[in-house]
Amino acid sequence: MTLSLTLVQGAYIVAGLLFILALAGLSRHETARAGNRYGVIGMGIALVITVLAAVGGIDAAPLGKGGPDRAGSGALGLGLIVAAMAIGAAIGIWRAKRVEMTGMPELIALLHSFVGLAAVLVGWNSSYEVAAYPKIHDIEVFVGVFIGAVTLTGSIVAYLKLSAKIKSAPLVLPARHALNLGIIVTFVVMTIAYVVTPHSSMGVRQGLLGVMTLLALFLGWHLVMSIGGGDMPVVVSMLNSYSGWAAAAAGFLLGNDLLIITGALVGSSGAYLSYIMCRAMNRSFISVIAGGFGVEAGTSSGDTDYGEHREITAEGAAALLGDARSVVITPGYGMATAQAQYAVADLTRRLRDRGVNVRFGIHPVAGRLPGHMNVLLAEAKVPYDIVLEMDEINDDLADTDVVLVIGANDTVNPAALDDPGSPIAGMPVLHVWEAKDVIVFKRSMATGYAGVQNPLFFKENSQMLFGDAKARVEDIIAAL
Amino acid sequence: MRIGVPRESRPGERRVAATPKTVEQLEALGYAVFVESGAGAEASYDDGAYERAGADIVDEAVWNADVILKINAPSAEEVARLRSGQTLISLLAPALNPDLVADLSARGVTALAMDAVPRISRAQALDVLSSMANLGGYRAVIEAANEYGGMFTGQVTAAGKMPPAKVLVVGAGVAGLAAIGAANSLGAIVRAFDARPEVAEQVESMGAEFLRIDVKTEVSTDGYAKEMGEDFNAKAAELYAAQAKDVDIIVTTALIPGKPAPRLITEEMVASMKPGSVVVDMAASNGGNVAGSVVDQRVVTENGVTILGYSDLPGRLPTQASQLFGTNLVNLLKLLTPEKDGELTLDFEDVVQRGVTVVHEGKVMWPPPPVQVSAAPTAGAAAAAASPAAYAKPEKKPMSAGTRLALLGAAAVGFLLVSAFSPEPFLGHFMVFMLSVVIGFYVIGNVHHALHTPLMSVTNAISGIIVVGALLQVGHQGHIWISVLAFIGILVASINVFGGFTVTARMLEMFKREEVKR
Repeated sequence: MTLSLTLVQGAYIVAGLLFILALAGLSRHETARAGNRYGVIGMGIALVITVLAAVGGIDAAPLGKGGPDRAGSGALGLGLIVAAMAIGAAIGIWRAKRVEMTGMPELIALLHSFVGLAAVLVGWNSSYEVAAYPKIHDIEVFVGVFIGAVTLTGSIVAYLKLSAKIKSAPLVLPARHALNLGIIVTFVVMTIAYVVTPHSSMGVRQGLLGVMTLLALFLGWHLVMSIGGGDMPVVVSMLNSYSGWAAAAAGFLLGNDLLIITGALVGSSGAYLSYIMCRAMNRSFISVIAGGFGVEAGTSSGDTDYGEHREITAEGAAALLGDARSVVITPGYGMATAQAQYAVADLTRRLRDRGVNVRFGIHPVAGRLPGHMNVLLAEAKVPYDIVLEMDEINDDLADTDVVLVIGANDTVNPAALDDPGSPIAGMPVLHVWEAKDVIVFKRSMATGYAGVQNPLFFKENSQMLFGDAKARVEDIIAAL
Repeated sequence: MRIGVPRESRPGERRVAATPKTVEQLEALGYAVFVESGAGAEASYDDGAYERAGADIVDEAVWNADVILKINAPSAEEVARLRSGQTLISLLAPALNPDLVADLSARGVTALAMDAVPRISRAQALDVLSSMANLGGYRAVIEAANEYGGMFTGQVTAAGKMPPAKVLVVGAGVAGLAAIGAANSLGAIVRAFDARPEVAEQVESMGAEFLRIDVKTEVSTDGYAKEMGEDFNAKAAELYAAQAKDVDIIVTTALIPGKPAPRLITEEMVASMKPGSVVVDMAASNGGNVAGSVVDQRVVTENGVTILGYSDLPGRLPTQASQLFGTNLVNLLKLLTPEKDGELTLDFEDVVQRGVTVVHEGKVMWPPPPVQVSAAPTAGAAAAAASPAAYAKPEKKPMSAGTRLALLGAAAVGFLLVSAFSPEPFLGHFMVFMLSVVIGFYVIGNVHHALHTPLMSVTNAISGIIVVGALLQVGHQGHIWISVLAFIGILVASINVFGGFTVTARMLEMFKREEVKR
């Protein structure tokens, strides 16, 4: 069965529109689930039509321009497609059902790498196709494979860092910026070489493509290796953007508008999301794209004497909370690692039942993924109307009796405002120290991911509650 | 070692240096505690309570203990009872009482002054001046309210409108801030002034208006106020004169350590106040901030202004004051008993222990070397010095309009050049690409911050659309490994598509349950 090209393109337009609706829907709670459904429907339409077209072939006649007809891949193709998709779907759904909400960042980073891998494979494959405009096609192959390869290794490194399989500290190679720049220049030179090499010399062309792929893989690895764990929210959303651009490049490669639309949507929305993150951390967007932005200053005041911190017991914390009228909880990645969100939600419920005004203050880059804390709190059924953004809560902190800092560090560091030499100087932070009392849940006095000491711990109104966040919160609940 | 807690001998003193609660803590440190019979009676702690806490009730024999805990500096008779080897811990005011220091030295004792604790963060827990000033500031407002003929809070009632009282607090140290807090919570309009402009924030945080004068002053380095220049004093006097005519209550708390209290409110200012106004001079015992205040006396001026010069304001809250003072003492002893074995040791390397030690085994140690208060004000400077590079780093200038225009122009020309040599279908695709980029930006522009993660997982699922490319490549004749690569491509991209949508649905499901509940 042959499909007409116009039918295929019409289906792609519908799918593209549904994807736009999906993204638009996800910007609000009320429409988010409908948005996800639009996405599923759009994807379903695109897949069914593509599978039919791939298996049955495309008839370009109605277009009247004599475009290339495509032969179908027949029963063999169908068999392969069904097998590959069945395996992929099984793995995907199994992982998605099983993943802990705290493990969300790793999963998403890993999924990005798949898009990158697919882009590399598609690019390599289409380098063997004979195209109507070979020069543009050659450039498209190179760009597509390049972006795909960067996304692939970048995402794998991000995954490894997020799942603590490798150290999250930034890797600092000498002359790393020159290195990155050199790779990009080499890439441009190789692209030109590739375009001018005639198709007859297949060996040279494959060699060029192979070397370039290796270089791009190295670049992706290096870009993310040189970024510290604390900046991971930006990295993940940046990789999200890259994976979109990779899909768009593949779209150019195949002359497929659906891929271009979708890739550009994902690419630009991911870039904008990263831009929001960057602004929240007071980083320049360009330096994020370039990588290694997390280690610019890094030298400040390691040996400054901040005085001594004071400890508090869970009973003491419970007493403070019992007398408080308003409490703000500022969670960070530590809450995720300790799986403390249920205990925190339970504490919140109890305090609210006593008439205490409990709210959450979420820093835009808390956690390892944009919106990570919101997902965890939602999982533990904290009502989302008491979960506020940094800008919404900062002015209220001065009137707050007790702030509980649970596993957050850099996002509540007053040095960002006070100390111009601090690596995080200028980053907007939650002004928790303005509250009457601050209780900091922490494992030890170690520094946060930015590697900066936090003067908050030594302020006169802050007290430390050491140990596993979940266990300590449960102790407080018991003492209440 | 044995700790003795004698009854306070000073007339009017109602506090005691240990409460049943602190006795337990002292015992936990390994000490045996002896309390003089009736010591806590005025502070509502009877002998039985001490006994239940583990103390022994004794008479005069309390003076035989190894460590004596007291509130006030010992009187002459009490000094005479001390013997060599004993340790005395109490208020001593060594700067004002050189004779007492000499006497203590002559008796060969070790004397620690609770009012000489350095003002560093770590020592907060043993700073009796802070804990007592806090109570004093609160009590000063209560005393003023007691004398004042009106209400503090303003109301509009059927019987007419009541104006709120206006309170001026001079000196925003611990006592001043406590006074501001107390007056504010009674409903008064509170204004405050302090020679240190850096406390404005604290004043405002307590709910008072900070009055400013237009003179440069230096930031205090030891946490206490300094004597000020003449220009400053003249301007401040103008401010006080103007405020005196307006306010109903003035509470003054201005003290300069080791010096007589500054005279801030003159006779003319008092005379200009409304009849019925109240002035509480918390510095009366150090010479007084207010003209006409008499230590421990209530004075009413000719124009009907009441001036209170009580020096025992914290002692008027004896139960609470004893508890706080006792806890400060426990915290000092914790520092001096690191092994918790009931053996008191002094480590002069520690600035806190060095600071409180006035006499050590008969040797006068006063005054201690100066201590720089915590890193708070200096941390920034130190950090800046440590990393000049950070300072020297040039600020990033935003691009000028001209540069931006030039860049845009260059980009446009470059693009036109490229497009001139591009095949037509490419430009068609590029148009689609451009429009989608713009839509992507706008669609995502106002996303709710809580939805960032679901948004990311859904875009991730959607970018699995790249499977389309692989679908079209698989299973064709020709290179067998094109099909192999495409097969792998379909597989991994499918993981993305199905996994991404499923996990998004799962997350959104959690948000949903909450909505239903609400």
